[in-house]
Amino acid sequence: MFLAATIALFIGMIMVLVRLFAGPSLYDRVLASNSFGTYTVLFIGVLGFLNGRPDFLDIALLYALINFAGTIAVLKYFRYRTVGDTSPQKKGVKNTPGKLRDRGVLG
Amino acid sequence: MIEILINIVLFFFMIVTAIAVLRMQRLFGVVMLSGVFSLLSALLFVTLDAVDVAFTEAAVGAGITTVLMLGTMALTAREEKLRSNFSPVPLIVVLVTGAVLIYGTLDMPHFGAADSPAQTQVANVYLTESPDDIGVPNVVTAILASYRGYDTLGETVVVFTACVGVLMLIGSFARRGVRLPRRRRRGPSS
Repeated sequence: MFLAATIALFIGMIMVLVRLFAGPSLYDRVLASNSFGTYTVLFIGVLGFLNGRPDFLDIALLYALINFAGTIAVLKYFRYRTVGDTSPQKKGVKNTPGKLRDRGVLG
Repeated sequence: MIEILINIVLFFFMIVTAIAVLRMQRLFGVVMLSGVFSLLSALLFVTLDAVDVAFTEAAVGAGITTVLMLGTMALTAREEKLRSNFSPVPLIVVLVTGAVLIYGTLDMPHFGAADSPAQTQVANVYLTESPDDIGVPNVVTAILASYRGYDTLGETVVVFTACVGVLMLIGSFARRGVRLPRRRRRGPSS
């Protein structure tokens, strides 16, 4: 039962990895790496039950939190071009997605 | 048996990811792939029952390192520079180092062996006496915070200093790197 779940998770991981390698756009890669984090969470949960130690579920929850924060950081980099201070800059220097695309950050 | 198969599959994923990191030119994809790589190694640590090590690996490798790499990319370039000339010296150095490391593992005790030095020397003392000595139920916490308290304090100072340095580099220069080309383009009229 849990073995079948493990195999299914591995197949899902392969599909996500293929999307991560192939791209083509950056958003594909962000989404793929985020879903790989989700697969990690699920895999740790299944592994706990497979080894008869379901208390691994708490650790899996922590991984979900890390995954969420990491994805937020990556998307913040997309939006503002920096991960540090994002307070409003000078007038006309705001990083709208259109300007980012012009400069080749996106797409 | 199942654990061995899981380990083999995870190692296979890691090798594929490493090759993809080598072959990819867009550095953003490389950053994402290195995050996935450390998630995979965290999974390996979990299958080895080293849950705390796995959690550190996931938090540092997939979390903080990804953010720091992105901040570095904001300062520098987003594409890898291609170098066509092949030099054999780095390859030889890497191969020799890898061979020496593998040779070093031959003397190590087997995984989970009861007569390994880690099990026979001080581990029993810590396990039996730390509840009376320290009064903390978690043995790892007792060792880190009390038996090796000064060591942990020194580590914390080092990590704090490194964090301050990296934040000063990335936090201030990233903003300047964003603004400078704009200011130049607008010219003296503004």
